[in-house]
Amino acid sequence: MDRRAFHVVKRHSQRSNRIVALIHFENVGLRYGMGPEILRDLTFDIPRKSFQFLTGPSGAGKTTLLRLLFLSLQPTRGLIRMFDRDIASISRTEFPMLRRRVGIVFQDFRLLDHLTTYENVALPLRVRGKDESTYRSDVLELLKWVGLGERLNVLPPVLSGGEKQRAAIARALIDRPEILLADEPTGNVDPPMARRLLNLFLELNRLGTAVIIATHDLSLMDQVEARRMILSQGRLDIYD
Amino acid sequence: MTRKAPTETQPKRPEMRVRPTGPIVPPVNVSGNALMLVIAIMAFLACLTLGAVSMVRATAQSWQSQISREITIQIKPEENLDMDNTLANARDIAMTFAGTKSAEIVDRAATARLLEPWLGPGLNLDDLPVPRLIVITIDETAPPDFGAMRASLSESIPQAILDDHRTWVDRLIAMAQTTALIGTGVLVLVFSAMVLTVIFATRGALSGNRHIVEVLHFVGAETNFVASEFQKHFLKISFKGSAAGGALAALFFFIANMWQRRSMATPESDQATALFGAFQMGYTGYLGIFATMIIIGVLTTLTARFTVMRTIYEIDLIRSDPARTDGQPD
Repeated sequence: MDRRAFHVVKRHSQRSNRIVALIHFENVGLRYGMGPEILRDLTFDIPRKSFQFLTGPSGAGKTTLLRLLFLSLQPTRGLIRMFDRDIASISRTEFPMLRRRVGIVFQDFRLLDHLTTYENVALPLRVRGKDESTYRSDVLELLKWVGLGERLNVLPPVLSGGEKQRAAIARALIDRPEILLADEPTGNVDPPMARRLLNLFLELNRLGTAVIIATHDLSLMDQVEARRMILSQGRLDIYD
Repeated sequence: MTRKAPTETQPKRPEMRVRPTGPIVPPVNVSGNALMLVIAIMAFLACLTLGAVSMVRATAQSWQSQISREITIQIKPEENLDMDNTLANARDIAMTFAGTKSAEIVDRAATARLLEPWLGPGLNLDDLPVPRLIVITIDETAPPDFGAMRASLSESIPQAILDDHRTWVDRLIAMAQTTALIGTGVLVLVFSAMVLTVIFATRGALSGNRHIVEVLHFVGAETNFVASEFQKHFLKISFKGSAAGGALAALFFFIANMWQRRSMATPESDQATALFGAFQMGYTGYLGIFATMIIIGVLTTLTARFTVMRTIYEIDLIRSDPARTDGQPD
């Protein structure tokens, strides 16, 4: 292969990699205020349809990394590309459109207490201006899939921890995001419920959504052969 | 083709019904009720002040207009003076001047009534040297030449004194203008207080809903969508509050007007009418209340919009900037 052909193939290969990777981090660093760097030189890709655990000791920066992935935090240095766009060059008004492609399950669920389970799960579709008649059956089906088919009209304060977790997961999934971020999704549930939730994420991944689960739970990670992203002292090691 | 009958052992469960979708912003909460109450009180005070100021202005204008519409000729009694003839003569002289509309001699009975508070009832005017009056109504727009009238009267009737109320009119104009100015000042103060109270109360009520703004933002809602949801909610609250306050103010004026009408010709009512004027609301009063409601509605809506937009701006630009924060626990 001559030198020119080699560069064309390399460029094409790089472009293909960028398109395949939903998210690309390159030498990303982050420090709060004038403090030490919480995250240092993170370089990784989140490929399409991939499944990975993000783990590490408390204070290692898992939630900070999830916030970076969810566009709610800007890096102090480095490059982040999401859906093939450099986030530093994206205007603030475009963020909602990008967030719609990412589903997030917060550690504290963040369900709205005055809305029923059904209304909480339907919220992402409602804020996109969709008419209720167009999504009602989808929401009902998803709620049945996560085992909340009988809890449609219940307000979150009445739901158990596991039910809240499943409602939060359903809300993150309802608009079929390309990537799902879950922060300690099994932190508030017993082992059988944790297993059920993990199966839910695996099933979702089989349907084509990339999944990142931030967790401390070693037993949960041992149940699945999946990529592990381990954060320690601000650095990231990846075990495929 | 045969259809299998449903077995009784496996009854079909009824499909769960979903309640009608509730509003994204909770319709009732403590901060919302408190805001509604604050708006109702401020609207009541603002409408009351508006009504009171317009009433005082109208009364001041009516004093001024009534007193400048009339002039008085006073005939001093003297021995051997034929008072009735002199009165008629003075009236005739006054009526020859252009700008006079009518002239009325204050008769003995009316004069006695005028003096009743000082000299008591049953006064016999023949026993006392009491001056008599002629009240002349003039055209306010083209008043007669008071100097010429005064000269003509004093030439024919030396006992006649013409009083054109100029001193009183000047004082009343100054008083009416001062009263109207004070009223306008009070109105400006009350409206400023209302504006600030409504803005701070709306911001306070919104701070209780901050988590809703955050969740909507993180599920991909655009800023305009979130702002419009809150605007709708706060517009409803402000209209309910201001309608209640405005209706109460209108009711206050209605009751005061009813009382005034029922107790007409009593000393209390006369005194109140003389001081404050008639407690009645014309269409301008209702327009004022409506305008106050609109002002409060616009203020509340704009405050809600700006506060929501600021919250989202804060989430996007300030809280997302690690240089401006001290870190969040993992």
